[in-house]
Amino acid sequence: MAAEIAVAARDPEKLRLMQEAAAQLPTEYSAGWHDDVEYTYRSERGLNRRVVEEISSMKSEPDWMRQFRLDALEHFEARPMPQWGADLSGVDFDNIHYYIRPTEKQGRTWEEVPDDIKNTFDKLGIPEAERKFLAGVTAQYDSEAVYHSVREELAQQGVIFTDMDSGLREYPDLVKEHWATVIPYKDNKIAALNSAVWSGGSFVYVPAGVHVTIPLQAYFRINSEAAGQFERTLIVAEEGSYVHYIEGCTAPIYTEDSLHCAVVELMAKPGATIRYTTIQNWSNNVYNLVTKRAVAQEEATVAWIDGNLGSKVTMKYPGVYLTGPKAKAEIVSVAMANSGQVQDAGGKIYHAAPETSSTINSKSVTLGTGQASFRGLLKIYKGAEKSASQMRCDALLLTPDCRSDTYPTIEIDEEDVSIGHEATVSKVGEEQLFYLQSRGLSEAEAVTQVVNGFMEPFSKELPMEYAVELNRLIQLQMDAAVG
Amino acid sequence: MAENGAASPTLVIEDLHAAINGQEILHGINLTLNKGEVHAIMGPNGSGKSTLAYALMGHPTYEVTHGRVFFKGEDLLGMEPDERAKAGLFLAFQYPTSIPGINMGNFLRLAVRARFGEEKARQFRKLLTEKLQLLKMDRSFMRRYLNDGFSGGEKKRSEILQMALLEPEFAILDETDSGLDIDALRVVADGVNAQMSPDLGVLVITHYQRLLNYIKPGFVHVLLGGHLVRSGGPELALYLEEHGYDPLIKELHATDQAAVSDTADGAGIESATEMREHSVVGGDEHDPFRSHGRTAL
Repeated sequence: MAAEIAVAARDPEKLRLMQEAAAQLPTEYSAGWHDDVEYTYRSERGLNRRVVEEISSMKSEPDWMRQFRLDALEHFEARPMPQWGADLSGVDFDNIHYYIRPTEKQGRTWEEVPDDIKNTFDKLGIPEAERKFLAGVTAQYDSEAVYHSVREELAQQGVIFTDMDSGLREYPDLVKEHWATVIPYKDNKIAALNSAVWSGGSFVYVPAGVHVTIPLQAYFRINSEAAGQFERTLIVAEEGSYVHYIEGCTAPIYTEDSLHCAVVELMAKPGATIRYTTIQNWSNNVYNLVTKRAVAQEEATVAWIDGNLGSKVTMKYPGVYLTGPKAKAEIVSVAMANSGQVQDAGGKIYHAAPETSSTINSKSVTLGTGQASFRGLLKIYKGAEKSASQMRCDALLLTPDCRSDTYPTIEIDEEDVSIGHEATVSKVGEEQLFYLQSRGLSEAEAVTQVVNGFMEPFSKELPMEYAVELNRLIQLQMDAAVG
Repeated sequence: MAENGAASPTLVIEDLHAAINGQEILHGINLTLNKGEVHAIMGPNGSGKSTLAYALMGHPTYEVTHGRVFFKGEDLLGMEPDERAKAGLFLAFQYPTSIPGINMGNFLRLAVRARFGEEKARQFRKLLTEKLQLLKMDRSFMRRYLNDGFSGGEKKRSEILQMALLEPEFAILDETDSGLDIDALRVVADGVNAQMSPDLGVLVITHYQRLLNYIKPGFVHVLLGGHLVRSGGPELALYLEEHGYDPLIKELHATDQAAVSDTADGAGIESATEMREHSVVGGDEHDPFRSHGRTAL
């Protein structure tokens, strides 16, 4: 019985059924400057078949990709906006540039990157970060990767780390084999939009048995008014390999609302481990609607470490399909919502094989009139016996007018499983603040310390440099909030 | 310990009234504390000892409704708690709160930086090593979360370690002896005594005389029902150890009933004993403060 299920779970048809089922489930800004960049191409506003074909032909894509885009567009247009979750009525799909390319060619070395773009990155500290920690950088400036380097040792190991457009050109078969196998365009309306107009993102391929010791890192950034950003990332980890990918985002403030719709697909083959870490700090006018899913095959491990600090509205529920026996999933989802922000985040886990295990650990901090919602989905299919899952969610409320909601959904079709769910809500303690203040810390510093402490389960997962950056971002928010 | 009258006053408390949730707890405290001196405030539970400590440090729950406090000549009550700390006031908490996720070492470095600036924070490691030895604490302590899962003894040691690092000009020790066994008490007291200097003023708040065997005060004050009712030398503490607070309570009760207002410093221990021998007749000896009329505690 169990073995049957395991085989079925590895069957692509079964995965598709799961994906379809999943698709139905309802479930003062610190970097606020703006550099003038000369854009070499900017599509007209709005979306139609011609825009999609133009994007595909400008990129000289193969027919199958062009067709994929057009099919996705059709699905996007036919499908209604999601009626659950955050209010998306402010998104005007007709008032967005779906494709912008700032430079004609890729920068191979830092020196080749245009100066105005460098200036923006300098303010974000990317070059220094690279010197110290980076294995390679794919920094996406609007819709194209402008800077990209891969350390030689990675190349020697056969690791591919490139932007998605180059990946499609240079490794067409590898990309085609895995493309949209984890997130079909039918996953949701926003994923369909990304599928139609995607540009940029990263392609990572780790050959069997290769252990990538240094985290791969990429910065993403929106820098054009009303520019949609639709990057698409695909990470394939072959049997027994290991890779940690880190994505950090910042964006300048604009008057018009911006849209960020990314798709991230992870494929962890038997025994492989993929860790995917995000620090999202979009400016407070960005709608951040991201679809992240992973497949973990037999004895594979996938971890989504997902931090949401910025944006106007974020809807993001990283998912893991546990399709092979003893596969493991870990989701750490952290959100901070200040006035004017809605962080609707969480995670989804599907146990479709025996002895699979998962944890979802969610933390939210709200202040001002900020709102945070946690949506957790746990689904255990019949036959996924001896599976175990823990869901935990903690909310910290800093002010009287903020709000935190929890929507856990648990569906269990198998009896022989172990499930735990725990939720706590706390207000920032007056005693804690007084204690810290009595040692000379200002009120803002004291609140920052308490929040940092609360976030620690997330920040300890980050490389030191990111943890420092996270603490700095929290401090800026607290300084602004406490005054 | 300098006990000469020429010492300049560090902390001057004038007619201090303090309330919690609108309920007055302290009914006009007057006290002058000089640097180089050790004062003890003793009193039974509920007499307002901790309220005094918190009010001086600026806890938001403890509202000062009347009176003035000067610290080194400055208006203390106009300062935020962190400003008081930076000015050199220190409170060793009776119940230090725990904050999971905050690393002890990082926290101490922040505190040192807040008090002395970046320069000194750079010598933090050296400073810390020195003070850890003083309190017989292991360096592994620094990797733990702030007071999280600490035993009673560890918490108190941690408080005195913080005092040692922050080198206050005036320290209030709130029931630092509570919850300590005799060995831990000795370590903590040694830690405090090692910091004694002509430049430090100390106010020890305690229920029991025990701590005062180790941290020897030059002055002892008794707080009852939100009033300072007696001041004396170390012998006052010994008297309380022997007789408890009852004699003083009964005396207060009697003088109150007799509408005698002059119970202040002039009345000695002998008179208190006398009072005890004249047993006071009244319906509510078990709750003397109610009859006292000005507090419900």
